[in-house]
Amino acid sequence: MSVLVYNQNWDGKFKKASYEILSYAREVADHMGTEVTALSIGNVEEDELKKLAIYGADKILSADDERLAGLENQAFSSIIAQAAEQENASVVIFANDFTGKAIAPRVSIKLKAGLVPGVVDVPSSYDPLKVKKKAFSGKAYAHVEVKTPVRIIALEGNSFGVSENRKEGVVETFHPELRDEDFRTKVTDVNKVTDKILLTDADIVVSGGRGMKGPENWQPLEELANLLGGATACSRPVSDEGWRPDEEHVGQTGKIIAPDLYIALGISGAIQHLAGVSGSKVIVAVNKDEEAPIFQAADYGVVGDLKEVMPNLISAIKEFKKE
Amino acid sequence: MNFELTEEQQMIQQAARDFAQRELIKDVIERDTKAEYPTEHVKKLAELGFLGMLVSEDYDGGGMDTISYVLAMEEISKVDSSVSVIMSVNNSLVCYGIEAFGTEEQKEKYLKPLARGDKIGAFLLSEPEAGSDATMQRTTAEDKGDHYLLNGTKNWITNGGTGSIYLVMAQTHPEKKHKGINTFIVEKGTPGVTIGPHEDKMGMRSSDTHSIMFNDVKVPKENRIGEDGFGFKFAMKTLDGGRIGIAAQALGIASGAYERALQYSKERKAFGTEISNHQAIAFKLAEMYTNIEASRYFCLKAAWDKDNGLPYAKSSAMAKYFASETAMWVTTEAVQIHGGYGYVKEYHVERLMREAKLTQIYEGTTEVQKLVISRHILNE
Amino acid sequence: MNILVCISNVPDTTTKVRFKDNNTAFDDTGVQWIINPWDELALTRALELKEKSNGAIESITVANVGPKVTEQTIRKALAVGADKAIRVDAEPKDASYVATQLAEVVKNGSYDIIMNGIESSDYNGSSVGSMLAELLDYPSVSSVTSLDIENDEVKLVREIAGGKESVETELPFVAVVQKGIATDPRIPAMRGIMMARKKPMEVLQPVDAEPLTDFVEFEMPEPKGECRMVEPGNEKELIELLHNEAKVI
Repeated sequence: MSVLVYNQNWDGKFKKASYEILSYAREVADHMGTEVTALSIGNVEEDELKKLAIYGADKILSADDERLAGLENQAFSSIIAQAAEQENASVVIFANDFTGKAIAPRVSIKLKAGLVPGVVDVPSSYDPLKVKKKAFSGKAYAHVEVKTPVRIIALEGNSFGVSENRKEGVVETFHPELRDEDFRTKVTDVNKVTDKILLTDADIVVSGGRGMKGPENWQPLEELANLLGGATACSRPVSDEGWRPDEEHVGQTGKIIAPDLYIALGISGAIQHLAGVSGSKVIVAVNKDEEAPIFQAADYGVVGDLKEVMPNLISAIKEFKKE
Repeated sequence: MNFELTEEQQMIQQAARDFAQRELIKDVIERDTKAEYPTEHVKKLAELGFLGMLVSEDYDGGGMDTISYVLAMEEISKVDSSVSVIMSVNNSLVCYGIEAFGTEEQKEKYLKPLARGDKIGAFLLSEPEAGSDATMQRTTAEDKGDHYLLNGTKNWITNGGTGSIYLVMAQTHPEKKHKGINTFIVEKGTPGVTIGPHEDKMGMRSSDTHSIMFNDVKVPKENRIGEDGFGFKFAMKTLDGGRIGIAAQALGIASGAYERALQYSKERKAFGTEISNHQAIAFKLAEMYTNIEASRYFCLKAAWDKDNGLPYAKSSAMAKYFASETAMWVTTEAVQIHGGYGYVKEYHVERLMREAKLTQIYEGTTEVQKLVISRHILNE
Repeated sequence: MNILVCISNVPDTTTKVRFKDNNTAFDDTGVQWIINPWDELALTRALELKEKSNGAIESITVANVGPKVTEQTIRKALAVGADKAIRVDAEPKDASYVATQLAEVVKNGSYDIIMNGIESSDYNGSSVGSMLAELLDYPSVSSVTSLDIENDEVKLVREIAGGKESVETELPFVAVVQKGIATDPRIPAMRGIMMARKKPMEVLQPVDAEPLTDFVEFEMPEPKGECRMVEPGNEKELIELLHNEAKVI
């Protein structure tokens, strides 16, 4: 028996999200009295692999193959399923991110294992396994029971946190069997922004709505995000109008995010928008309309003109940073 | 009895709602302020088939029933009556008039492009000195053998600048009074037709209203609708149906204002609680809601009468009378509930209030509706 | 070429969510049902592709697993331009159950591209499309933000953490799509609504399948506390609160 974690790497490095699911797996394994095996796919140096031990991996499997540089859903899910079988895993854990969404369902079919995506807490019971997940796009939670011998959990980002729990972390090479059919997609071009903090990774997100009045007014918002080390986002009307790229849209049909701090500037707070940010630990809203529904969801609010409040915020943060 | 909408009717309602809430809402305040004609929106209205939704499929229309038309008019009018009035005039006055009373050739030539929305129609009845009393037509149509010669001025013409197919009422036999009136199909651009300046209106500012002048305009004989002297009857019968459209428009204006007021009252706080918790506001909302529901039943009943081939002159007059009075009252109360915010443009309700006023006036004032209703009940 | 778009029937996104029977089931009283927004985007893209394909794309079929009441939602898909519809007459018990039913639909037809929305706005499973691909042993591309066909080859763009990747794959395959794949969903025209009545809607009986998961209970999030207001001009105070009280900066 074991708990298997798929740890994605980004250009050979792990991130906070990888450590979070490991920390979570450790807690689950301790409850079940079993071990944690971390699985890495692609080229990662041993030093980096060893970092997984800090967060609770008893064993680290590394499947490296030159064909595994880009995400190939069929190959990756096949490797994970084979590792789960080898490790006799009773729980498999993914991050509920782009990759997790693309491969966890395939693994679920391969292993005939019930999958619960969007999990926000540790299981409330283990036999049968019962977990809490987001439902209705953040407007509610559901408790889901998994009846199968192997269970798959895809954990929502920033819902558990990272905790250290050093284990031995023996690194082993893993040699899966792969078919030609597992490699039918080909990445022809990659276009990555490397100098910016990712919206889905960010601890702090500064977001603008229609109240920003136009794309030309985004400079102070970006400055604010930079000062706070955060990412920028926007509401649906803003991306629909083309003021900002689609990737920045947070809300029910855009990205669902759960940063520590979400700052909503000129966002009225439509129910669909709130659904996308309700997982945020703290919400700050600035809006000129004191009746805006965003204030019902916010922890801190300023009723005022963005033209004045944004520069004031910027200088307040600069001052704060000096102290 | 069955109060349920069919699946298709619900789909049409949803389509109209999506169109209004996704597209019209974006620039409605700006268009109203600038009195700018909604060119792009009218194009979309045509693509979606709303401009000829009542016309049968045989003539490139949507073949929808009047109930669906009421539902669509309501949804669009919740957001922008400048757009819904274009739809109403084209559908229930111009298209209906030609479809019900025109010749096959007239339908082929004029109804089809109107139903597709390739062309927009206008209904030319009102005159500087003949509004409610349509019997006193001063525009004349002199019979010249193979054609008529039109002279006179028409007022308050919706789609006056953008419309290109006019239905014109004119007096051919003054001695026969209203029995001497005829209706003609006249194309824009016919020599002698002059379009007057754009009227700067209080509400529905982005629909284009003009006066149109006729000076020795030659109209071919085959463009007369119905037999000689049918014009007044034509106008009255067509307006019966038009009233359902305007009633539905008034219903939409009222429910649009009510929805905003309801929302606002649940958000706005005064004396330590949301204002909807104050009985003064809660009762107002109850009264508004009840009257809007009553308007809705009136509208749907009139539409149902028409769809089922029953007389609908009385039911449509009652619908228009009640719904437009309700719209005026409800929008005024919606502004009141919003307080100061209600008086500024951003909150939409002041515009809806300005729009409501027109529904009490055009296509038969409230007083004319009462006249129609009273004649019916006294003669029954 | 034929496209299959899988659609699910979900409550309108503005629905106030409520539960019944001791919080064990969604209360659908008075709920307006819609095509799941992501599935609707998939359908919109499928229609765009067909329109510019010069006949290369012959048909767009929509498939749904649901009871008879979902036909209204399915017919909307027909009204905006899908050519035919298939409904598997069963309650969609969980993602694997639905995927199993859809796999049967695919096996009984002939489809080159299968499109799914990345998730449904009700149970947020984000699983059906990829499960379906696995059941069929088809390639799948997820988080697709752009899908084009050039000389019978599919060109895709998918979102990855921090960027985008251009991807090519072999037909038949499953595209799991998200925002960006198409612009606004279409509004059905009167003509489309009329025609939807006449388009074929095939009803299939479900195959035996056991769901792997069970939604046993629901709960609402705890209500937020009062919003603490800070006067404009006192932004310094706000920053201090975020530091000392909320401890987020």
